[in-house]
Amino acid sequence: MAMVAIATVRIRNLFAVVMLSGIYSLLAASLFVLLDAVDVALTEAAVGAGIMIILMLGALALTTSQEKVRANRQSLAALVIVMITGGALIYGTLDMPLMGDPEAPAHTHLAPHFTQQSVEEIGIPNMVTSVLASYRGLDTLGEAVVVLTAAVGVLLVIGSGRARKRGHRRKVMERQADS
Amino acid sequence: MRHHVVLRIVTNIMIPLIVIYALYIQFHGEYSPGGGFQAGIIFAAGFVIYSLIYGLDVAQEAIPPEVARFLAAFGVVIYIGFGLATILLGGQFLEYKVLLADDQAGETLGIIGIELGVGVTVAAVALTLFYAFAGREQD
Repeated sequence: MAMVAIATVRIRNLFAVVMLSGIYSLLAASLFVLLDAVDVALTEAAVGAGIMIILMLGALALTTSQEKVRANRQSLAALVIVMITGGALIYGTLDMPLMGDPEAPAHTHLAPHFTQQSVEEIGIPNMVTSVLASYRGLDTLGEAVVVLTAAVGVLLVIGSGRARKRGHRRKVMERQADS
Repeated sequence: MRHHVVLRIVTNIMIPLIVIYALYIQFHGEYSPGGGFQAGIIFAAGFVIYSLIYGLDVAQEAIPPEVARFLAAFGVVIYIGFGLATILLGGQFLEYKVLLADDQAGETLGIIGIELGVGVTVAAVALTLFYAFAGREQD
């Protein structure tokens, strides 16, 4: 995954970059499967490796497929800021509980309730669905609205994209020329 | 790409499978991984393949962009509708167990309902985005 990420940053051909980001998503999905998070893996595979590639290719068709290379100005200040931020983040992970630690705060507060009683309370075996749709129903509503907002934003910026027939467009232009 | 026989035949076989798989993910989400979000994306992906092979205008005759836009908002309306229904039945917003006499059945009904709302919204939004990018000609 790290190699794919570095390649994604370095390569200038945007078509290859889109494909690499799809590969990255697929690797991430495999990682989630290994961590037993199949719901997340399914989402990552469907969105990251599937529909996102199509949308990126659609966006590429509207621009060029080659990144413009600008004069390579490397700022020392930027390097220092990135080093400090990265260092702070790594320092922050030192306090986090080890992966799979049963005493971690995330596993002692609400998680036991979800894992042990959700089947009785909700009556469906998939806990992820119970948490998403019932215990955290309001959050999921927020997500649905976010998705809708994204569509509204795209529609406002680049239009609804009804496939226009050329003849129709010419007719419209003639009509405009007449009036 | 309609004249590529192999592509056309293969997609004709694939598309029904993809759509049925999306519906399976949608309505089997309580028992296996999945749910409205994933199902919506997979459904849209099946439709994107269709329009890649048969052309955008043919696909837009099947699901016009206006319909996709309407469905995107309609899914959220389904979701909120379930929330309001629980309020009308005396519960809190999205407290599904008041929907039916049996608590578990009520919860399950509520979850299926809002997952349907999420699925409809996500599929319609993915289609709308695809239409928006693919339908724009390069200036």
